Amino acid sequence: MKNLLKLYLTFLKIGAFMFGGGYSMLPLLERELIERLGWTTEEELLDYFALAQCTPGVIAVNTATFIGQKRGGFWGGAMATLGVITIPLLLVIVIVSALMRFWHLPAVTNAFDGIRVAVAALIAAAVVRLARSNVKNLFGIVLCVLGFIAIAVFGQSPIVVVLGAAVAGLVAGRIRR
Amino acid sequence: MTILLLFFEFFQAGLFAVGGGLATLPFILKMMEKYPEWFGTLQLADITAIAESTPGPIGVNAATFAGYSAAGVPGAITATFAVILPSFIIISLIARALQKYRDSRLVCDVFAGLRPAVTGLIAAACWSVMRSAFIAGTLSDGFFQMFSWKGVALFAVLFTLLQLPKTKDVHPIFYILAGAAAGILLGL
Repeated sequence: MKNLLKLYLTFLKIGAFMFGGGYSMLPLLERELIERLGWTTEEELLDYFALAQCTPGVIAVNTATFIGQKRGGFWGGAMATLGVITIPLLLVIVIVSALMRFWHLPAVTNAFDGIRVAVAALIAAAVVRLARSNVKNLFGIVLCVLGFIAIAVFGQSPIVVVLGAAVAGLVAGRIRR
Repeated sequence: MTILLLFFEFFQAGLFAVGGGLATLPFILKMMEKYPEWFGTLQLADITAIAESTPGPIGVNAATFAGYSAAGVPGAITATFAVILPSFIIISLIARALQKYRDSRLVCDVFAGLRPAVTGLIAAACWSVMRSAFIAGTLSDGFFQMFSWKGVALFAVLFTLLQLPKTKDVHPIFYILAGAAAGILLGL
């Protein structure tokens, strides 16, 4: 029971501060789940992101369900998922029903532009950390660079990258043995 | 009746939108054509803007917004739960299987390939956030005017702080709040 409540509250906090969707939760997940609670590892987080990427639905919800399931079974997954959507759900309703006319005030748009820059800096720092711990050999560098180029230059779907990398991993494993 | 339709439409979007939040937008666009009365004068651009700038998963925010404009608070709640239900069910099943086969050699090989590639994917997502934060105009405004230099400078400061031993462990929430404050002060 205490475990479920903790899951809910942790994901409530993450949901309240993840601006910009899926990947922006990464720095928050690292801080809360790896450093503060020790519930998971960097490798495992990346595994969840990879799976969340090629299963249907919203990445953040998929990741929350994965981590919740691991910590507390079915109800753990349910609590983590509810946690991550609670504040966004309430905020969107409040904004749409009452605050729409403040939406275009310069101070509001400036604040959101500032948040976008902060999110960019946080994700960039996370990418540096991830690259250090997960891109260790030539095989890793090639996959990482190809993944980046496929999305950023050629606008491919992330599913293509994930499936391609899975096949590459299988082939490399076979060659190694 | 609208509530049932909303549930059905967003359940479908949640089931077939693979690749994250923005993938739900084409489904919402299709709903706008099919049920124009749900959205009134609302444009897809409004939904995208609100969804991207409120905290939370973009696909969920977009569903809440569209559901609210179609049928008020019950609509917002219905659309939100409908959009997350398929992934919740699917992931619950996968998570169980994953725990069972986690240590198998095949699964380990697959993940050895996935981790660096997903790092590249996250770098690409970071790149697109940086572009939207740094580019203020088009090339026709002139090369120098094209960029938001205040944004670039703020990024440089925050990124440096995130590398320094003394400040790198400050909670990400603090960086987000600092970004909002700096945005207002600098008039980004």
